[in-house]
Amino acid sequence: MSNSITAYMFLAMLLLSIGFLGVISRKNIFVIYMSIELMLNAVNLMFVALSRYNDLMSGQIIAMCIIAVATAEAGIFLSLIVVLYRRKKSLDSDIFNTLSQKEAL
Amino acid sequence: MYEIIAFYTFSALVIGLFGIVVLSKNALYSMTALAGGMVFISGFFFILDAEFLGVVQIVVYTGAIMALYAFGMMFFDTTRDVKEDIRCKKIFYTLSILSAVLVLIVLSAPIFSANIEAIYPTLEGVGNVQTIGLLLFTKYLVAFELAAIMLLVAMIAGIVLVGKKLDAQSDDLEVAKELK
Repeated sequence: MSNSITAYMFLAMLLLSIGFLGVISRKNIFVIYMSIELMLNAVNLMFVALSRYNDLMSGQIIAMCIIAVATAEAGIFLSLIVVLYRRKKSLDSDIFNTLSQKEAL
Repeated sequence: MYEIIAFYTFSALVIGLFGIVVLSKNALYSMTALAGGMVFISGFFFILDAEFLGVVQIVVYTGAIMALYAFGMMFFDTTRDVKEDIRCKKIFYTLSILSAVLVLIVLSAPIFSANIEAIYPTLEGVGNVQTIGLLLFTKYLVAFELAAIMLLVAMIAGIVLVGKKLDAQSDDLEVAKELK
């Protein structure tokens, strides 16, 4: 199975799961964002492997578009983190519960 | 043969580094490991004959995005650690690892059932960079231009969100006009 599409897909799924684990188990919003970036990378790897397997270049173009989206997201997310940090002086994701139902009750 | 060795080396390195990203307590270690992992992911792109994408990965991710992260690190004073206050640690970690494994199984199940074998026909004639250029500026031109507009919008949004001096300056201008 080495160097086949299965190996690449399995690796990409594994990286996606690692990113998912980071998103749901960490409290630092900075690290959560890094995990999202990691998942995007896994999807990228999958697209490139599939484009090689199917002999189609479209997958690589889509991967490039994903890189562009990730870059735009990085800029916006960082500025959002800056705004949130100015409000609450912390990066703990538990603090941002303004919309939570529990607080209202 | 060398491709197989490279694949396993890179996959071990990438999984290890990304594991550090997720599990490390210190955000600085996470960032450094993420930068390393992204460089090694570009190694896969080179193995898969997508040289252009590999170079873009190194330049954009480890050049631009990691520089943004480094800026964020300096801005937020992350020497003060965020206290990961998790109640019922065992249950929490068990559930999160189980759900991640579940996602892995659910997503990779169709591959194993379909018995896909690898056939890697080489792209003949033009090189990778040339093909990407041809496709990008003919068939995917709209997507390319939309990506450019999206980046512009993201840049403006970032400036508006962070730059709080803009309002103050315009207020000063109005006050100056009124004084005149």
